[in-house]
Amino acid sequence: MAHVALADKEQELAHPKTWIGMYVWSQDHKIIGIQYIITATAVGVVALILSGLMRLQLGFPGVFDFIQPDEYYQAVTMHGMIMIVFMLTAFFLGGFGNVLVPLMCGARDMAFPYMNMLSYWVYLLSVIVVCASFFVPEGPTGAGWTLYPPQAITEGTAGADWGIICMTVSLGLFVVAFTMGGLNYVTTAFQARTRGMTLMRMPLSVWGIIMATILGLLAFPALLVSVIMMTLDKTLDTSFFMPAISSLGENLSHEGGSPILFQHLFWFFGHPEVYIVALPAFGIVSDLISTHARKNIFGYRMMVWAIVAIGGLSFIVWAHHMYVSGMNPYFGFFFATTTLIIAVPTAIKVYNWVLTLWRGNIHLTVPMLFAIGFIFTFIHGGITGLFLGNVVVDVPLSDTYFVVGHFHMVMGVSPFLVVFGGIYHWFPLLTGRMLNDAMGKIHFWLTFLGTYAIYLPMHYIGILGVPRRYYANGTTEFLPDSVHAANFSITIAALIVAAAQFLFLINIFWSLFKGRKSPRNPWRATTIEWQTPDYPPKHGNWGKELPVVHRWAYSYSVPGAKEDFIPQNEPPSKYTQGEGDV
Amino acid sequence: MTATLIVLALIMGGVVFWLIFQTINVQPWAEEGPIGEHHAGGAYSIPAAKIGLVVFLCVAASLFSLFVSAYFQRMDLSDWRPLAEPDILWFNTALLILGSVFFQRARNAVVKSKLEGVRTNLLIAGLLTFAFIAGQLWAWQGLQEQGYFLSTNPANSFFYVLTAIHALHMLGGLWVWSTTVFKLQNQIEVYKVRMSVELCTIYWHFLLLVWLGLFALLLST
Repeated sequence: MAHVALADKEQELAHPKTWIGMYVWSQDHKIIGIQYIITATAVGVVALILSGLMRLQLGFPGVFDFIQPDEYYQAVTMHGMIMIVFMLTAFFLGGFGNVLVPLMCGARDMAFPYMNMLSYWVYLLSVIVVCASFFVPEGPTGAGWTLYPPQAITEGTAGADWGIICMTVSLGLFVVAFTMGGLNYVTTAFQARTRGMTLMRMPLSVWGIIMATILGLLAFPALLVSVIMMTLDKTLDTSFFMPAISSLGENLSHEGGSPILFQHLFWFFGHPEVYIVALPAFGIVSDLISTHARKNIFGYRMMVWAIVAIGGLSFIVWAHHMYVSGMNPYFGFFFATTTLIIAVPTAIKVYNWVLTLWRGNIHLTVPMLFAIGFIFTFIHGGITGLFLGNVVVDVPLSDTYFVVGHFHMVMGVSPFLVVFGGIYHWFPLLTGRMLNDAMGKIHFWLTFLGTYAIYLPMHYIGILGVPRRYYANGTTEFLPDSVHAANFSITIAALIVAAAQFLFLINIFWSLFKGRKSPRNPWRATTIEWQTPDYPPKHGNWGKELPVVHRWAYSYSVPGAKEDFIPQNEPPSKYTQGEGDV
Repeated sequence: MTATLIVLALIMGGVVFWLIFQTINVQPWAEEGPIGEHHAGGAYSIPAAKIGLVVFLCVAASLFSLFVSAYFQRMDLSDWRPLAEPDILWFNTALLILGSVFFQRARNAVVKSKLEGVRTNLLIAGLLTFAFIAGQLWAWQGLQEQGYFLSTNPANSFFYVLTAIHALHMLGGLWVWSTTVFKLQNQIEVYKVRMSVELCTIYWHFLLLVWLGLFALLLST
């Protein structure tokens, strides 16, 4: 017997009349999604500027007096944490999750709209707190994005007083916000799907977002536990993580704490976090490739189970981030093995994307360019991950730029390409206007080629042994001149890529007001977010009647059909039944 | 991290087991048109609020299991000096068990639409919970008087942190409880609070289980 969820009852939704009610204190999932997107983009620009400062120092060491070691490490730390947590996680799950899950499932809104609204405002508060750390005495923490104690909370590290407190408080707030949002995404996908939208008819975007949300709900508590304990170590002199230690010639009151315990807790969150960012990207890129290649996704069931398998396995690989911290060799063997195993479902996904493209009717639209670009960067980042998953390779490379190149390719560039692809794809749905195609293509090529110009040389200098985290390499003799030349060229490329992102922002603002009016369903997609009675969809999404879903999300180029796509809610007819059903 | 892995394995195992039944023998590319009764919208017969609560309980289970894992790792180090738990914890545990019993009675009454039964049992359950929290604070006070402060030893630190996190979860539950009691005072029809009472009952049983686990851990180490 079916149960009608709150989100399915049109009359239960609050329909505010005022501008503030509609766009500020909004409970409409689309508006909340846009709020998440705007906030994540704004804080992402801050992190982008910080990376520019880092590159200026590394490319032109000693030229810019305002970048001293403390400022450099503060920039490194804030860039990393903001990009991973406050930008990418928030963008994929708060942004895409909010916009897409109810629309793609055929719901009117999230299961708990009020809690969903609270989720955004607590997220905004967390962003405000983390940004406030730029203005507290001594500035933000400079402990590195992993915040390892004892360094993070000991005098001598930049921001060891107020900066680290701002960071831990903002992370705690973020976890609360994410939990409120995550409960909504999961419950909506489980409970508020429309008639006919079986689990195995859901688009892979929803699968990716939901599995990432489940990972987040189970993994973020590890971050919460570690920041609670570290805050207590800092403020109330407990010794969860702090060993007996002298700081600046003075013996501190701590004793016996375990910094390794923090690392276990942090990476128990930290590794699933990679997939919290990657799984939504996997899902979205699957839909982009299928839609723009006019071909059904290859191996749908395999894709679903690969997402589930990656999610499960991501909880038993965390210690591969800790090989150099020291561990029992058997543990190293175990974690190296699980790391290699997780490559299997990941590789299945890559094969299936390529096989979907194979003999497809590929339209090189801007979203498709970003999707194909993602396959390239993800393969590169993934393969170097296999290198680093092995203990004997990781130990010599762990503290070098090889690691920086690897993780930026796999969880920096790759998810960002999907973010851009997703925005180019769904911008018309939310605004009714198309983004400028020429600017989009310039943005893609500058970003795609530019990021290779940044990160490929990092692998090279990493293999040469250039240590990461150093403020300046100096005149170390084992470094050939090519390292300095590479650092210079990386910085130039980074500045060009950064400038390209501002072109993207200009495109957004320009297209918002002057962009070409979008026809309904401009990409001729099958998924039901494009089939709403109003375009762009209004609050409540579906008018009086919820849609009824009759097929899966990938009916492209069905033989015998009059068009090369059949929307999910198109009723079956003699014309679309028959040989095309296989 | 063994404790956490066991809890997560149970949760993920449940998800996978459920998914197998949802996906086995399903060929979405070949199915079109007719919609089975179990796909007739709204997806499942369980109300959204209950699903939301179950998902939240999984999050809370993960949180507590991580604290327990950290506890086990930290207690292996040489500076750990076990804490003698105050006797009042036994009394507090009894209060919490009784609180759960009265919540169950309130839940049974709400199913039978007995307003007075709901009101009385709910009120007693809430008061017992307040008494539990007061008892925990009393235990803290006793420890402080004996010189067992938060930072004196990691065993003390864990005791304070675990009891505080558990009590914070109880306070969150009491906020929902208070809104339900407030509605009942306004002579609301009993079916309108049925969901709140059922959710509170599940939540209290869960927190009782968590406390019994934590108490056993504290006593045994």
